[in-house]
Amino acid sequence: MLDKKEIYERLNKVFRDVFDDEEITVKPETVADDIEDWDSMMHITLVGAVEDEFGVRFKMGEVSTMKNVGEMAEIIASRAK
Amino acid sequence: MKELQYPFDGAYLMKKKRSIKKALLSDGSERVEKKIAILGGSTTGDIADMLEIFLLDSGIKPKLWQSEYNAYWQDAMFGNEQLDEFAPDIIFIHTSNRNITEKLAPDMTKEQADEALQRQVQHFTMMWEKLRERFGCVIIQNNFEPPLYRLLGNRDAYDHRGMTNFITRLNQRFYEYAAEHDDFYINDINYLAASYGLEKWSAPLYWYMYKYALCTEAIPTLSFSVANIIKAILGKNKKALALDLDNTLWGGVVGDDGVEGIAVGEETPVAQGYREFQTYLKQLKSMGVMLTVCSKNDEENALAGLNHPDGVLRPDDFVCIKANWEPKDLNVAQTAKELNILPESIVFVDDNPAEREIVSKQLHISAPEIGSVEDYIRVIDRSGFFEVTQLSKDDLQRNDMYIANAKRAQQQASFENYGDYLKSLEMTAYIGDFQPVYLQRITQLTNKSNQFNVTTKRYTQAQMQEVFESKNYIRLFGRLTDKFGDNGVVSVVIGEKKEKELHIDLWLMSCRVLKRDMEFAMLDVLVKKCREQGIDKIVGYYCPTAKNKMVKELFGSFGFEKISEDESGNTVWELNVSAYENKCGYIEIQQI
Repeated sequence: MLDKKEIYERLNKVFRDVFDDEEITVKPETVADDIEDWDSMMHITLVGAVEDEFGVRFKMGEVSTMKNVGEMAEIIASRAK
Repeated sequence: MKELQYPFDGAYLMKKKRSIKKALLSDGSERVEKKIAILGGSTTGDIADMLEIFLLDSGIKPKLWQSEYNAYWQDAMFGNEQLDEFAPDIIFIHTSNRNITEKLAPDMTKEQADEALQRQVQHFTMMWEKLRERFGCVIIQNNFEPPLYRLLGNRDAYDHRGMTNFITRLNQRFYEYAAEHDDFYINDINYLAASYGLEKWSAPLYWYMYKYALCTEAIPTLSFSVANIIKAILGKNKKALALDLDNTLWGGVVGDDGVEGIAVGEETPVAQGYREFQTYLKQLKSMGVMLTVCSKNDEENALAGLNHPDGVLRPDDFVCIKANWEPKDLNVAQTAKELNILPESIVFVDDNPAEREIVSKQLHISAPEIGSVEDYIRVIDRSGFFEVTQLSKDDLQRNDMYIANAKRAQQQASFENYGDYLKSLEMTAYIGDFQPVYLQRITQLTNKSNQFNVTTKRYTQAQMQEVFESKNYIRLFGRLTDKFGDNGVVSVVIGEKKEKELHIDLWLMSCRVLKRDMEFAMLDVLVKKCREQGIDKIVGYYCPTAKNKMVKELFGSFGFEKISEDESGNTVWELNVSAYENKCGYIEIQQI
C-alpha cells in the first residue's frame, strides 16, 4: 500500500510533466480551475499519464465523477500495489 | 529525437508531448511548412498534437486545421469557409468503424448486403471526389479496423451478414479507389490495430468517455503512421542502409570464428534469424533501398563472411563496402559522399549501442535500437524509413544505377584529364517536353531533390498534371545514358512564360549525375525552345535552403547576370537569349 505522501509526490511529477510546468504543486483540494491549461483535452492526457505512473486503470464511472485531486489519490491508494 | 524513434513509449510521449514539442521547436533546424487538415469522425485533438511532433522531428513544420467533432463528412460535402481559407496541402481523414453508417441484419440477403456495401462505399467516394475537386490536394484516408465483437463468431469473417466480412469488403473497395487515383493514400489502421492488439486499441472506454476511436496510448502509433506517409510524399524517405556485419548480418565474429564459425543459414535458431534478416534486406534492395556495409573488419574477412554458402546477401548486393578500422561515423560520411546522397538519408544498423550512439550523434542520422536478431526486421520495418507511397521503375533499378556509378568512378581514376573521362563515357541525353509516362517520376524528383535544386519547389501529382496541361510553361525533362547504363530521368526544368520572358520555377538534377555536364545539355535545349517560342529573356531564381548551396552560383555558371539579392540570400538572375552560345560539349543531345 502506498502512503499518501508518496502518492502526492508522484502525482506532482506527473502534473509537472503533463503541463510542462515545474511550478505546479497539487493538493487534495486542487481542481481543474486551479491549473491554467487544464481543459478537457489535457484532462485526457492527464488521466492516461496518472494511470501509467501508478499502473492502475480508472473505471469509466470514476473518471467522470472525480471531483478533485484528493479523490484521484484515494482511488490510487485503494488500488495501486 | 531519440524518444520519437520506433519503438517508442506511447504513454510517455502522450505525457511529455508539451515539452517535446517545445524542445523540437527550439532546436534551430530548418523545416518545410505544410498545411494539413484533419477531418475527424471522432476526437482528433491529441492525434493532431502527436502528428505535429513526429513531423517536426522529420523536418516538416505542419500548420494544422481540425474539423469540429465528427464533422468530417459535412465539411467535405458541403464545404466549410474556414477550411476553404486554410487551403490544405494534405487532408487526413480520420475515420474508424465507429463511422460506419450501414447496419447489417441477420435476415439480410446477399443482394441486400451488397447494396449496403455500395451505399457505404459511395458515402466515402462522394466525399473524396468533392475534396479532390475543391482542393486538388493529397488525401490520406484511414481504412477500417476489425470490429470489436463478432455476432456470428468465426462465421462473421466470411458470411455476408457479418460485420467483419463487411469491413473486409469495404476496405477492399477503398484499396481499389487508391489504386486508381493519384495523390490518394490509405493509412492502414487495420494493420496497426492488429499489431497493437485490437482489444487494447479499440477499448470502448475511450469512445464512451472522450469519443476517441482508439485508446489514447495508441495515438502515437496512429500519428506516427500518418507522419510516415507524409514524410514519404514529401521526399523525406531514407535511401540507404549502412550495415554492420558481425552480430548484425550474421551471428559471431568472422575475424575470430572464421567463415565456418559464423551463424547464418538453417542449422540453428540463431542462424535462421540472421538468414531471415538477410532475406528481408534483399527484399528492401529489390525496392530500391541501397545496401552498404560499415564494419570494423579486415576487408578480406568481411567478403568471406558475405560469401558464406548459407547466406542470402552477396558482396555484389552492396553498392559500397566499408570494411576497415576507421571510426564508423567517418565511414558512413564517406559512403554518403560516394553515393552523392546526404548522410541523413542513411540509416545506420549496428547491434552495438556504443557505435549507434557515436554515429547518430556525429552525423545526426537514424540509428534504430534494433534489439536482438529476432527483433531486427520488426524494428526496421515499423520505423517507416522506407514507407512506399509510389514505386517507380526508377526505384526498382536504383541499385544497378549506383553500381554502374561505381564503375564510372573507377574509370575516372584512369584518366588524367576530366574532359577525356567525360568523352569516354559516350553519353547521350534525351531531352524534351514532359511525357505522361514520366510524370510520376518527374513529380517524385521534385519532392526528393534537395541539393541540386534552385527553388526546392514541391509538386503534388495533381499540381504537376496542371503544369503538364497548361500552355503557359516550357517544361523539360532529361534522361541520361552512357556506356555503363541508363541513369533514367535525372533532370527537370519548369519555366513559366510571361510575355517575352521565361521565369524559372524549377531547375533540379539528381545528384547521381553531378559533374557530367548534364545541366548544360538542359540549358542548351531550354534556350533553343525559348528561341522557337519568341522568348528573349530567361529569369532564374535561387532560394537558399540548408541543403542547396551547390547551386548558389548555378545561373552564374550558365552566364546569367545577377540582378538582385535580398538579405536572406535569395537571388534573381537574367539571361539574354539571343547572345547565348551552346555550352554542352561532352553529351550528345537527342531532342525528343
